[in-house]
Amino acid sequence: MSTTTEAAPVAVPSRTSPIELGLRQGRLELRQFLRSRESVVFTMLFPVVLILTFASIFKGEIGGGVKFTQYFVTGMIATGLLTVGFQSLAIQIPIERDRGVLKRLRGTPMPKWVYFAGKTIMVAVIGVAETVLLLAVAVLLFDLKLPDTATRWLTFGWVSALGITACTLCGIAFSSLARSGRSAPSTVTPVALILQFISGVFFVFTDLPTWMQQVAAIFPLKWMCQGLRSVFLPDSFGAQEPAGSYELGKVALVLAAWCVIGLVLCLRTFRWTTKRDG
Amino acid sequence: MSDQLAISVRGLRKSYGEHVAVAGLDLTVRAGEVFALLGPNGAGKTTTVEILEGYRHRDGGEVDVLGVDPNTAGRDWRSRVGIVLQGTGEFDDLTVGEVVDHFAAFYPNPDDPRQVIGRVGLTDKTRARTHTLSGGQKRRLDVALGIIGRPELLFLDEPTTGFDPEARREFWELIRDLAAAGTTIVLTTHYLDEAESLADRVGVIAAGQLVEVSTPAELGNRQQALPVVSWRTPDGTPQRAESATPTALIAELAARYGGEVPGLTVTRPTLEDVYLRMIGQS
Repeated sequence: MSTTTEAAPVAVPSRTSPIELGLRQGRLELRQFLRSRESVVFTMLFPVVLILTFASIFKGEIGGGVKFTQYFVTGMIATGLLTVGFQSLAIQIPIERDRGVLKRLRGTPMPKWVYFAGKTIMVAVIGVAETVLLLAVAVLLFDLKLPDTATRWLTFGWVSALGITACTLCGIAFSSLARSGRSAPSTVTPVALILQFISGVFFVFTDLPTWMQQVAAIFPLKWMCQGLRSVFLPDSFGAQEPAGSYELGKVALVLAAWCVIGLVLCLRTFRWTTKRDG
Repeated sequence: MSDQLAISVRGLRKSYGEHVAVAGLDLTVRAGEVFALLGPNGAGKTTTVEILEGYRHRDGGEVDVLGVDPNTAGRDWRSRVGIVLQGTGEFDDLTVGEVVDHFAAFYPNPDDPRQVIGRVGLTDKTRARTHTLSGGQKRRLDVALGIIGRPELLFLDEPTTGFDPEARREFWELIRDLAAAGTTIVLTTHYLDEAESLADRVGVIAAGQLVEVSTPAELGNRQQALPVVSWRTPDGTPQRAESATPTALIAELAARYGGEVPGLTVTRPTLEDVYLRMIGQS
């Protein structure tokens, strides 16, 4: 992390290009993340620990020669993306707001979007790393069957990308709810936990009461899990979904809608200063 | 110093609910001058400065900062204005060098980060994580971030809080250098010696209004204020008299006590005396 290349006096007055500003912001965010050992360990290992726990509890098959781990890994991937996109940002941003980081950035000529680009880059890199780690552990220890067709990989890609985007935008929007950095974890954790319970992360989704399934269907996590099930489970399992199929069109639609909702909320409600700053 | 105005404020008003923080404040700051805003806590200093910095919206009045209304100012304006906020900012897990480097890239024509770190006296701490800095060192980092973009106009909101006396003197030198290079500086402070030693003009804010603006030497007609002669009578009772002719008074006292006058002092009101009187009367 030497700074020698960037420290040289600028000979010709010129702005750093906007793209480079975004990338720099992303690098800075990642550097901060990597230096905070607790967040690295907890964020990266959370889905792995979950799958280890689940594999120890549910040893059998869910049916049709498909192991429980094959089913639950979809929920673990989705919950990992939720943690890194939604939960971590909804906690981290109020802390930065409290510490005056946001206010100081706002006082510079930095374009506002650069800050969000930095967070997005950080979330994307961690999300990919964490998912790869989870899949590696599941393949090595539990014979997880990876997607076997290009179409499935493609689905895996867009469901994850759309899902993590929705989570990131909602996390940034949610960050304006917390009154202070200290209250942020207690504001966001119950939301994330309840979503995980009702969206089929910890249970087979169709085993849940119908009303719970209907509530879950309002939020993105259920659709991320469902989209990922279409990637990791046989096509024939689609018939057991609530609607009788994986409904990939609807998955795309709901996740895209949450991206729009999140974006609108971000643009309208994001605060660079704390409430007591007026 | 020129006659051009860096800041022009007319009838500025701002309330928070029932509480009136700024009540019709007028203020002009010339380009190139060092202007100090003095006032007790809650007088409206920070509210005023943060409106000028574009952080807060005003309820009424006209504000012009470097020819632009801060409410609608864009990136170009921000690159001409340096801001040192009240309190310290904390950048988790980054080093001093990294933070200054990072902020430098936001500006079209930044100063050399290494030099700026040196100017605020943090060279030894370049590689230190910011959360390991002392309060005064964090404050210096804030100053570094305020000047990294070579601002035309620099706002400093209580910049030397937490500085030891030596650091304060060093900071004053830095401000004099910046002022000599033509930077307009608006400074709020609680320290009267700071205002006196740095500012070309001082404005006193009380109850949301600017009650007086003048040079530090002339504030509150300080130069015209009568000297005060104090002494003790032989039985130890303190005596005190304002006099336009203190020498004559002392001569008279010397005659009365036959030589030495017990406990004799002659003082003119300090900036602090004048200031306390001004904010007391408002």
